[in-house]
Amino acid sequence: MAVVEEKPREEQLPTRKKKIAATGSDAAAYAVRDADVDVVAVYPITPQAPIAENIAQMIADGELDAELIHVESEHSAMSAAVAAAATGARSFTATSSQGLELMHEILYIASGLRQPVVMALATRALSAPINIWNDYADAMGMRDTGWIMIFSENVQEVYDNLVQAFRIAEHPDVLLPVVVTLDGYILSHTTEALEPLDREEVLSFAPKRPRGYRPVLDPDHPVTIGVLGAPNWYQEIKVQQALAMRESRRVIEEAGKEFGKRYGREYGFIEPYYMDDAEVAIVTLGATSSLVKAAVNRLREQGVKAGMVKIRVFRPFPAEELAKVLENVNALGVLDRAVSFGGALEGPLAMEVLSTLAVRGVMKPFINFIHGLGGRDIFVKDVVEMYQKLLEAAKSGKSVTRTLFYGVRSRKGHVI
Amino acid sequence: MALTKPIKSLWEIPREERFVGGHAACQGCGAALILRHLMKVVGKDAIVVNATGCMEVISTLFPRTAWRNPWLHLAFENAGAAASGVEAALKALQRKGVLDKNRYIKVVAIAGDGGTFDIGLQSLSGMLERGHDVMYVVYDNEAYMNTGIQRSGATPYGAWTTTTPVGKKFRGEWRPKKDIVGIAYAHRIPYIATANPAYPIDMINKFIKAYNTRGPSLVHVLAPCTPGWRIPESKSIEVAKLAVQTGMWVLLEIENGKPKVTVKVRKRRPVREYLKMQGRFRHLKDEDIKKIQEMVDKYVEEINRWVGEEAIGPVEEK
Repeated sequence: MAVVEEKPREEQLPTRKKKIAATGSDAAAYAVRDADVDVVAVYPITPQAPIAENIAQMIADGELDAELIHVESEHSAMSAAVAAAATGARSFTATSSQGLELMHEILYIASGLRQPVVMALATRALSAPINIWNDYADAMGMRDTGWIMIFSENVQEVYDNLVQAFRIAEHPDVLLPVVVTLDGYILSHTTEALEPLDREEVLSFAPKRPRGYRPVLDPDHPVTIGVLGAPNWYQEIKVQQALAMRESRRVIEEAGKEFGKRYGREYGFIEPYYMDDAEVAIVTLGATSSLVKAAVNRLREQGVKAGMVKIRVFRPFPAEELAKVLENVNALGVLDRAVSFGGALEGPLAMEVLSTLAVRGVMKPFINFIHGLGGRDIFVKDVVEMYQKLLEAAKSGKSVTRTLFYGVRSRKGHVI
Repeated sequence: MALTKPIKSLWEIPREERFVGGHAACQGCGAALILRHLMKVVGKDAIVVNATGCMEVISTLFPRTAWRNPWLHLAFENAGAAASGVEAALKALQRKGVLDKNRYIKVVAIAGDGGTFDIGLQSLSGMLERGHDVMYVVYDNEAYMNTGIQRSGATPYGAWTTTTPVGKKFRGEWRPKKDIVGIAYAHRIPYIATANPAYPIDMINKFIKAYNTRGPSLVHVLAPCTPGWRIPESKSIEVAKLAVQTGMWVLLEIENGKPKVTVKVRKRRPVREYLKMQGRFRHLKDEDIKKIQEMVDKYVEEINRWVGEEAIGPVEEK
């Protein structure tokens, strides 16, 4: 038998772990297990269901010691999750699409009561017509609910973002709920390589704080949670919430940096791709970013100076970071996968990006693209076309004021 | 400490107040009186989960609170789900050693008839069906009183409300009250009772039993509402008492599926006496009252058959 004299390279790096094959749903469940969540309240919906199933199996196998509440609706799922958090438990739920819509009322209550619930959202189109495939209409619908929102690009990010979510949500300077998205099917059901962490590592990165570090339902220290706030106090309470959201930037940044230091994968608010010398750029979200990156690669081979910016943290919106990275482009596009019907621009992400730039006096030729609704495939060639449109805009110096829908069935061509 | 044994006299009611004065309930409010006694029974180690409604609004106007217990309010339709979440969290935290395993902390959910019969029914059903260890108290003032006396599923036949007004074509509510006890019974939960603040010892003893039940329990309490029922502030208890004496409200207890009438009424008073005291029934004509009397007679007959004895006797005209 051969004697190995030298330690394998993996062992020299304490943080290098074995990679396993996992779907985004597996990754979400592993993060819940490794964070030692106390209460999980879930109601099944496609494509979130495997997350609920995985967690149930982990509890059944004794790998996770948590109470699983088989609630009778998503409204109750969010209600029970908020109530469990108010009792001092680490609390988790997951949903998609219509389920998120049913939760909507309680989303505001979770953030208004400053309860650090963590949720995984397998993004999916909204009915009608009913559609179980991926877009970001559900996520965009919760942008004003007071939740910190983190988008994941791949399976590894689903895990890493959820681990960071527990640390951010429960931080005493934040105390806000956090949602981590995983693109429905594209991530929730797709197997990739995943490098999970040890449970001890996760619990040291996102520690469970001693009970009583924040007000919770405790007979020895009774508090009244969920009061009536009249006009003489309501505004102060809401401003505090807005300030907490601002304050969370620091905690999110710290979490992303320390994660990098510990495990070699650093996270920021945005991820610029070939932005150092980019002349045209597209801003995007989630797993769609991988596709845009492929288009950028193709264009770079042809000598086109294309770049991309992925928004990882959508709330709080990384305005400073984004404005800085977009400073030197000649034309700018935003690829939305949701529609704000009748909006000034019809893409919700486009409106965020434009107001970010406008308020800082940065104006660029601008185009808002919408594609990939309800699981409609976006092809790399479609994105390449978008970049070509941006090159034209850069040349003419003019924005396209109308939002462009790509990939549409039409006799005139696929752009409307 | 919560009471564990039944009381026999009013003197045994604890002096300690846990739902304290200074709140904004109306004079003569039945619901506030019910909560005051409920909190005396459950004592310190109870976490209260309150649905949106009169009692939530009158007791927690920031920065003041009437609650000396930990108290949570999320929304209108989710008291059952929120209570489930608190109970599950207590269980998990006790099992993991964060909370003392040997200390029993009870979750008490409180909701009105709207938050229970109507908008909160699904959430209540889920809580009962999953077997959470929660005591659920519904104070039933028979309409949406918090928003200004609109009709609910608990509004009785004939009652005027602002959404079942008295006009030329329709004269008040034209459908009978929903049977919430029957719905709870269908969930096969260990303890269900009806109560009435005019019978405080009976009510308190039911609270004690519900508190000491392990698993879901439901106590349905009639809560006279002076503005909503159009009665003088001083008449709440008198009206509540007549509800029992006329057979409109039967004091029941269903322990592990076995029904029992806890306050028997040998000779019933005619429903007219109950109806005539309240402005919400003022428009009723003789034939309407006759119809209500027949409905109550039928209800009493059903109850007697169910409990297997003549617990509620016939009407005796004075």
